[in-house]
Amino acid sequence: MSIHAAEAAKDDASYAAQEEAHGIEPRRVGDVVMEMKNITLRFGGVTAIKDISFDVREHEIRAIIGPNGAGKSSMLNVINGFYHPQEGEIWFRGEKRGPMRPHEIAHQGIARTFQNIALFKGMSTLDNIMTGRMTLMKSNFWQHTFWKGGAEREEVEHRRRVEEIIDFLEIQAIRKTPVGRLPYGLQKRVELGRALAAEPKLLLLDEPMAGMNVEEKEDMCRFILDVNDEFGTTICLIEHDMGVVMDIADRVVVLDYGRKIGDGTPDEVRSNQDVIDAYLGVSHD
Amino acid sequence: MSTAHAPDGALDTFPKLLDHNAASRGARPAAREKMFGIWQSWTWSELREEARALAMGLMDLGLAPGESVVVIGKNRPKLYWSMVSTQMCGAIPVPVYADASAEETAYVLDHSGAAFAVVEDQEQVDKLLAAKENAPALREIVYLDARGLRKYDHTTLHPMADIEARGRAAAAALGPKIDAICAAQTGADTCVMLYTSGTTGRSKGVVLSNDNIIKTARATVAFDKLTDTDDVLAYLPMAWVGDFIFSMGQAYVAGFCVNCPEGPDTMMADLKEIGPTYYFAPPRIFETLLTDVSIRMEDAGPLKKRMFDYFMAHARKVGADILDGRPMSGGDKAKYALGEFLIYGPLKNALGLSRIRVGYTAGEAVGPEIFQFYRALGINLKQLYGQTEASVFITIQPDAEVRADTVGVPAPGVEIRIAENGEIFYRSPGAFVEYYRNPEATAETKDAEGWVATGDAGYIEEASGHLKIIDRAKDVGKMADGSLYAPKYVENKLKFFPAILEVVLFGADRESCTAMINIDMTAVGNWAERNNVSYASYQELAAHPQVYAMIQGHVEEVNADLASDPMLSGCQISRFLVLHKELDADDGEITRTRKVRRRFVAERYAALIAALYDGSPTVYASVEVTYEDGRKGEINGTLEIRDAKVFPPTGAGQVAAE
Repeated sequence: MSIHAAEAAKDDASYAAQEEAHGIEPRRVGDVVMEMKNITLRFGGVTAIKDISFDVREHEIRAIIGPNGAGKSSMLNVINGFYHPQEGEIWFRGEKRGPMRPHEIAHQGIARTFQNIALFKGMSTLDNIMTGRMTLMKSNFWQHTFWKGGAEREEVEHRRRVEEIIDFLEIQAIRKTPVGRLPYGLQKRVELGRALAAEPKLLLLDEPMAGMNVEEKEDMCRFILDVNDEFGTTICLIEHDMGVVMDIADRVVVLDYGRKIGDGTPDEVRSNQDVIDAYLGVSHD
Repeated sequence: MSTAHAPDGALDTFPKLLDHNAASRGARPAAREKMFGIWQSWTWSELREEARALAMGLMDLGLAPGESVVVIGKNRPKLYWSMVSTQMCGAIPVPVYADASAEETAYVLDHSGAAFAVVEDQEQVDKLLAAKENAPALREIVYLDARGLRKYDHTTLHPMADIEARGRAAAAALGPKIDAICAAQTGADTCVMLYTSGTTGRSKGVVLSNDNIIKTARATVAFDKLTDTDDVLAYLPMAWVGDFIFSMGQAYVAGFCVNCPEGPDTMMADLKEIGPTYYFAPPRIFETLLTDVSIRMEDAGPLKKRMFDYFMAHARKVGADILDGRPMSGGDKAKYALGEFLIYGPLKNALGLSRIRVGYTAGEAVGPEIFQFYRALGINLKQLYGQTEASVFITIQPDAEVRADTVGVPAPGVEIRIAENGEIFYRSPGAFVEYYRNPEATAETKDAEGWVATGDAGYIEEASGHLKIIDRAKDVGKMADGSLYAPKYVENKLKFFPAILEVVLFGADRESCTAMINIDMTAVGNWAERNNVSYASYQELAAHPQVYAMIQGHVEEVNADLASDPMLSGCQISRFLVLHKELDADDGEITRTRKVRRRFVAERYAALIAALYDGSPTVYASVEVTYEDGRKGEINGTLEIRDAKVFPPTGAGQVAAE
């Protein structure tokens, strides 16, 4: 499916009526799941993020865009719990979040991919995606060692889920291939698979299309839309490629020099003068 | 299941064969498919139950006897039995190539007047929805994979599971109706309609009767002694007649299991896991396998490589004779047994060919080297010659009479006649009924006595009775000086080099021959890696001077070989170029079964051909290409044209030796 087809498919209004007529549950953007309130993040004297507030709604695709150094990745790292903001509050699913370690946040149901792929290069695709199930495994080290106490049953169950993801992402052919030998675009897909394996409530994608060719980008767009559509996963993504963002996102936050300069639907953002200035530059006369 | 113990003659349709198999070997596997990484199987009785449920569902949805149903998708058990379900409703299945473009699909849809479609996934549904405006007869679409289809309008679109459930619910009313239809069907009824890939012009719908398919299948099952313990891997397009014979006809007659791979990319891994006992592949697949083996042996350690070379040399010497059961010295036998243990056995296992009892190749000429390689390993690879109109089989090689340069003796029940001009005619139980809605073409191809023209030229070798194919009858021509011009023969010689994927020869009615060549990306890419040749794209690699030098070497080798041929020394290639893009079925340059469409290529690359003959050293080429999603683009580049050395004829006799 091309980006344009994807765009057409997202034209929810025209489908909603049809879906209701045929008793299919339409995808509905729900209530706020995560809210960032007046976040400020400093590294020594440098203010990376200044007083930013925005929210993410359930089942939506939320994009964060901005020029280089705008604070996009820092924002994602704040959501992810890797950085702790000096000021501001983060509310997730109705609760205020205190200082947490990244693995605790993973247990809360937030998974992510990285701008520079962070896979285990020597391990197979299957094993890499299996690591995404770690937080969901219940049996302990000894049970796994001696293959007792439901360890086998659990492994089979997790493997089944992983195979569903492999099928979903169409990577059956590289199931047993060490990921270090895969081309870049496929590694990105495996990384998405690993994030999906954690069955996240909120999926953070850090530049999922960076460095891809047109075909790989189209594939990735389709997978992101399909994940959102099939599993109802809420997605928050950072992306450079404006075309991609405008095509797939429901709402967009625009950052520039650590400040929020725009927030709204792609159309609103596209016509926002501050955003145009930030991207195209503005003459100072 | 009144037909369970009926004599062979009464089992003349697929639904009857299915009933028979469910009754006589109900617990044996009939189909397997790898899903979510695990092989799932259906026994014959399970398959019958599913096929009947689907048939009743389709009938409940309004499928009427005499209508036709297009089936589009990759090889999946559910799609295979949907064809039998269609027959149970008295309707006619029309399998269509899954990778056909939207226009090609639309053409078949319109021409066949299909009322229903059973398809695999969203991709195919999109094609059908696009074509629907021009094919008003299409009423309902049934799909297998729901992915991406959730938001589509479901008034005429149905998941297959729903239709099966609907069929089960209506079983009481529709079961007897289906039984009545199945009982009334005979061998003369239409079994399937297959659209030819068409090297020339529009594809034609070949109508094959139950007798065509089932009698052919029955004769060839007996010929190769296939039983219900055999296993095949179904990976070739379902719309191709060969797959219909192997995965449907012979499978239902012999009762063996049809295994469907997870996807086209996983074919090789699945082949290894299944280890088929009966295997069909076009020469292309065997070439690719051999290329892979050669590449990997080039990269292997010195000990392994020396062992491989040593034992392969021995296998080439005696392997084929051992396979054919010719007498052999004890020493040679012992050495072959050691080689089997150290090299041949593990190699066959790695290729997934350990269990092969019978292997066939057809469709194109196979390189003698490639053919001998597999025979030497002890794989009983044979050739056959056939076409859609014949329900595949025209000639077939019996065990122990296998040669690389012939296509065998007439298959059981087939008569062959060679016309004055060398064209091959045949008459057989498998010969097609007619071209659908095309009586002129039917009359041109099939005469009143049932003789069918193949369009191929060949002759029967007197000593052995084997048929030898020269070329497509209409491609064989004369050069300007009157000497014989047989393009395919020369092209095949070049294609036997691993570096060369495709060749198109020009030279009919001209002074000299020239060629356009496609490199094989896998083989040349690996060669480039080993020789420190760096490149960024196919185009750059194809134009690399070292690649040109290698191809020139191959061309001159073939020229030297042709010079010693008394009839074809005039076909030596004087100039050639390496194309900057692969010939592609999406651009219409080759058919879906990878045969070059000469006339089309000649028109499309007219500028390049002109340059090949006017002596210019380079030519600027700009070609429009179609991407998989239907968008168009252009590939431009300046191509080098090289002269190749031509040798004076050295043939023993200058007189054409018949």
